[in-house]
Amino acid sequence: MILDIKDLTLRFGGLTAVNKVSFGIEEGSIESLIGPNGAGKTSLFNCLTGFYKAQEGDILFQDQSVMRLKPHKITILGMARTFQNLRLFKNLTVMENIMSGMHCRTSSGLAGAVMRSPGQRAEEKRIREVATECMEFIGILDKKDMVAKNLPYGDQRRVEWARALATQPKLLLLDEPAAGLNYDEKMQLVELIRRIRDERKITVFLIEHDMGLVMKVSEKIFVIDYGTKIAEGTVQEVQNNPRVIEAYLGKEEEDAI
Amino acid sequence: MKENQVDIQTAAAQTATKQKNPLVQLIDRLYELFDNKKIRFIVLAAAVAVLLYLPMRTSMYFMEVMTNVWFYVVMCLGLNIIVGFAGLLSLGYAAFFAVGAYTTGILILHYGVNFWLTLPVSVLMAVIAGLAIGTPTLKLRSDYLAIVTLGFGEMTRLAARNLEITGRATGLVGISRPSIFGMTLYKINHFYYAFLLLAILAIFVSYRLQDSRIGRAWKCIREDEDAAEAMGINVVAIRLFAFVIGSVFGALAGSFMAVKMTAISPDSFLFTQSVMILLAVVLGGMGKIPGVILGAFAMVIFPEIFRGIGQYRMLIFGLLLLVLMIYRPQGLWPERSGGYSAKGKI
Repeated sequence: MILDIKDLTLRFGGLTAVNKVSFGIEEGSIESLIGPNGAGKTSLFNCLTGFYKAQEGDILFQDQSVMRLKPHKITILGMARTFQNLRLFKNLTVMENIMSGMHCRTSSGLAGAVMRSPGQRAEEKRIREVATECMEFIGILDKKDMVAKNLPYGDQRRVEWARALATQPKLLLLDEPAAGLNYDEKMQLVELIRRIRDERKITVFLIEHDMGLVMKVSEKIFVIDYGTKIAEGTVQEVQNNPRVIEAYLGKEEEDAI
Repeated sequence: MKENQVDIQTAAAQTATKQKNPLVQLIDRLYELFDNKKIRFIVLAAAVAVLLYLPMRTSMYFMEVMTNVWFYVVMCLGLNIIVGFAGLLSLGYAAFFAVGAYTTGILILHYGVNFWLTLPVSVLMAVIAGLAIGTPTLKLRSDYLAIVTLGFGEMTRLAARNLEITGRATGLVGISRPSIFGMTLYKINHFYYAFLLLAILAIFVSYRLQDSRIGRAWKCIREDEDAAEAMGINVVAIRLFAFVIGSVFGALAGSFMAVKMTAISPDSFLFTQSVMILLAVVLGGMGKIPGVILGAFAMVIFPEIFRGIGQYRMLIFGLLLLVLMIYRPQGLWPERSGGYSAKGKI
């Protein structure tokens, strides 16, 4: 288990957004979290990455509790995330966006920057190399000097993935990565998620609304509704689970119209 | 979703209009020229040579104005680190200037310390002041932060006005002149050179920081604090760092100002002073180093040129600012149309 969630409970005042949810994510797997709108998926993600502080339960990342850690500490430990609504550094170039991911893997400070010491220069070179490699992997290297906000939507998504990869994570959390992508881009995303796992040995955990994508890519699926876990299992198990059909898949049909 | 679509549309519209404008093409061409290291070196060397030669040829009045320009360049670049790079709106920057000026003034006047030895103390006090304003405001964003920094600025001034050691309302009078290699600095030209060197140092440090890991982290928290935090950037530490570095710039300028004027009083650190510095930064273009320098120039030179029309000059200055902010909210300094160069500099 790379990530182990135990009885996690998050309340906003009287509202329980996440209710005693427990599950574990296997190292080297691709797993998904699904559930109807407002089921508490993103809230759960925010707990895992330290943006929300859950009141009860525990989150173990590589056997270490990350419940009380700040988001940047969690990233340093090796858990990277993307956001549901794009959160790029809009006025910076693609290159700068992705270089930011290397911040937590480097250390030079004021003196190094002002003196441009050999150590600092070597570090800058390494930052650029890693960023370039990440852009190449995702396929946006040709856009590296463009300002992020001037990119088409699909490319902005790619920048976010590359930026998360630049933090050199062991576990990558993708919050609705397919939102707003067209069919071709979704197919590329499936391919990409697999490559991230196979070539970079990164465990991938995603929240997704697009059932086609989830069913294609996931090795295991967790389903939550009203903050409570209602099912987990392989694609087939989840698809045939009556509680899931009732809570989610049936409703999805209506949504589609 | 909707927001993003709008963004894409406006971006597309911007690129479309930019391609047709000959002025934009000219600016891009100049940027390209300046990317050439040799040309850049020649231009900068020529500029420095002219600035060094200036005191031999011009009047004392002009030197007084130019010294003031360099002083404001240092202050504005300091504030630019806080407001422009890190995106933390601060309305109390004069407090940092006061910290430096009073530290040097008190040490020289009351303890007879050599001016040059007061500088490290001034830096230390600036670090403390930066942490003092930075720490309680860590969780605050934009508008709230602006109000707290405004309060901090006024508190500093009122403390200086009421404390025995700062000379109450009279301030400190008769601060002795510094000397270097046995030569006492007292002429305006001496201080012109001192402030010019300080300004060059401030420009150099600003550029180096801008292109560094710390500088990029500042830009990231300016753009989006949550995303920066998610990228593993310690937002708290990086914010504090911006306050501290900005504060040191201001304090050093203050220390030199104390010995140039030989007298300082609480009235030198009014709220309007903080606002003027902020104004220069916004006028030139927040976060753009050449823009900020231009802003400092404009703010000092403009009222001097229009001295003839007396009190109306500030009215005209205000009107001009208003027009500028409506038509050019990003500041005077032009950007290249692609946004950034290959290295991400402006």
